[in-house]
Amino acid sequence: MPRRRLPEWFLLLLPAIIVIAAVVLIPLIFSLYSSFTPYKLTRPSTLWKWIGTYNYEKILTDAKFWAAFGRTVLFLTIALNLEMLLGLGIALMVNKVTWGQRTLRTILMFPMMFSPILVGFQFKFIFNDNIGLVNNALQSMGFNVALPWLVDGKLAMFSIAFAEIWMSTSVFAILILAGLFAMPRDPLEAAKVDGCTPWQSFRHITLPFLMPFIYIAMTIRSLDVARAYDIVQIMTGGGPARRTELLWTLMSRTGYVDARMGLANAMGYVSILLSIFFTVYFFRKLSAARAEIGMGS
Amino acid sequence: MDRNQTHRNRRRALKVLHFSALFLTMAVICIPGLWIVLNSFRPTVEIMAKPPVWTPSFTLDHYRAMFGGAGEGGVPVFSYFRNSLIVSVVSTFIAILIGMSGGYAFARYRFKGKSGYFVGLMLFRAVPGVALSLPLFIVFAKVGIIDTHLGLILVYVAMNVPFTIWLTDGFFRQIPKELHEAAEIDGCTRWQAFWKVEFPVAKSGVASAAIFAFLTSWNEFALASQLTRSVGSKTMPVGLLDFTAEFTINWGGMCALAVLMIIPALILTFLVQKHLIAGLTFGGVKG
Repeated sequence: MPRRRLPEWFLLLLPAIIVIAAVVLIPLIFSLYSSFTPYKLTRPSTLWKWIGTYNYEKILTDAKFWAAFGRTVLFLTIALNLEMLLGLGIALMVNKVTWGQRTLRTILMFPMMFSPILVGFQFKFIFNDNIGLVNNALQSMGFNVALPWLVDGKLAMFSIAFAEIWMSTSVFAILILAGLFAMPRDPLEAAKVDGCTPWQSFRHITLPFLMPFIYIAMTIRSLDVARAYDIVQIMTGGGPARRTELLWTLMSRTGYVDARMGLANAMGYVSILLSIFFTVYFFRKLSAARAEIGMGS
Repeated sequence: MDRNQTHRNRRRALKVLHFSALFLTMAVICIPGLWIVLNSFRPTVEIMAKPPVWTPSFTLDHYRAMFGGAGEGGVPVFSYFRNSLIVSVVSTFIAILIGMSGGYAFARYRFKGKSGYFVGLMLFRAVPGVALSLPLFIVFAKVGIIDTHLGLILVYVAMNVPFTIWLTDGFFRQIPKELHEAAEIDGCTRWQAFWKVEFPVAKSGVASAAIFAFLTSWNEFALASQLTRSVGSKTMPVGLLDFTAEFTINWGGMCALAVLMIIPALILTFLVQKHLIAGLTFGGVKG
């Protein structure tokens, strides 16, 4: 009896599955297990003590955790929406330009090449209260102030959001611009003939066509929302007095500084669920938007 | 006549508004980067000067110190650059091979639970680096590949494979099936048909996937900062931290290293700019 061979598609997918299982899945299983133990890096024997859902109960009743969680969700919501709106605005502006469009598009790609950690340092430098560009410029213009951009809680949050938006808006702008280029001209001209106002034709023709492009950008972004960690870690490290603490900085502090791996891994799972929620949400929006304009898969 | 005039004025005002908004946006995008480049050429005294000095002066001190290896902290920039380059290039190459075969499987074969597999793979990409770095650190320490190139390469391959699959899947789907069927009728094997017919057509998708994979590995920090310890494996994003001390930061030196970090990414991105946009939109919209 001949042995049944594995189907070809499975053989083709096998390397991908193996590598992801080895590097992502196994550590995740390990961390799921350790989140049920009081594991501390300094005391390896604690790995074998089962304490059930104690860590989860602990973080669920921890006010600091919920503050960080709420701040993370709020931060992501505001940042993603602003990035989308600004990206849309920039794309529409660049689309209207009649010359030098290619140069503008190249400039737009500029922030995409920056490492998130580099963006963090860059804005830490620019928002520095003593020698930073922003304060220097303000003082040279005659305002006799030294705003504590990274020291005051609210200003620090603003600075971080600014850095994040600076880094990621171009993803939206470029994809939406590509959508504008791909757009058929006839419906727009027909609308003009029929007497639509510019706003009406934007709202009912341009925007629905752009939606899938917006959701692709959202999906790509949601795949690594957590890279904001690099920025926050560098710019404020979660400070001052935890006012800019996001889920990710709280987790790395618990894991590496306090060496409480079990607890940190429990937080890690919450953050993984959060990321997965964002990704799945935008994937569904993406396929819905695709179906609407008849580009279904 | 009068109405024409107001109309023309309004039009002109809109044009001015459009132009100034565009100019402002581009300034906001460019200035932070330019500021970094500019400061890498300024002496430290001038960077720290109070009140600020706006007239630029020019010095290569920071670059000299950086490449000299000694001087300001003696950060071993060459080693970091080499580590970054080895890790990024090797991991990109492997991720593209693995991802391409996966993307081909999704584009060309029908099987049960296809979309389930697909979303499942993408979800692994969504796992935050910080959350992964905690357990990965322990597992790698047990296996003994912490602080090695191999460890980082493995991680980056796993990180980049899902996105590569997504992009290449979209591209292979664009290629009509008849193409490789014709090649097979003419006597090619499936393998030959892929490399001689389908691969050249999908090249620009593969190029854009490669750029994304390269940039991800080149710029990654959260995982690299935990999985590398010594000069032998630290990458440049981790190396940036060498310029920070307890209370002070060597801004000039850091800017110089930052410039060194951006240049390869800049060159690569410009080379394949066109493919990049095409890759993203085709992969996503029509995928």
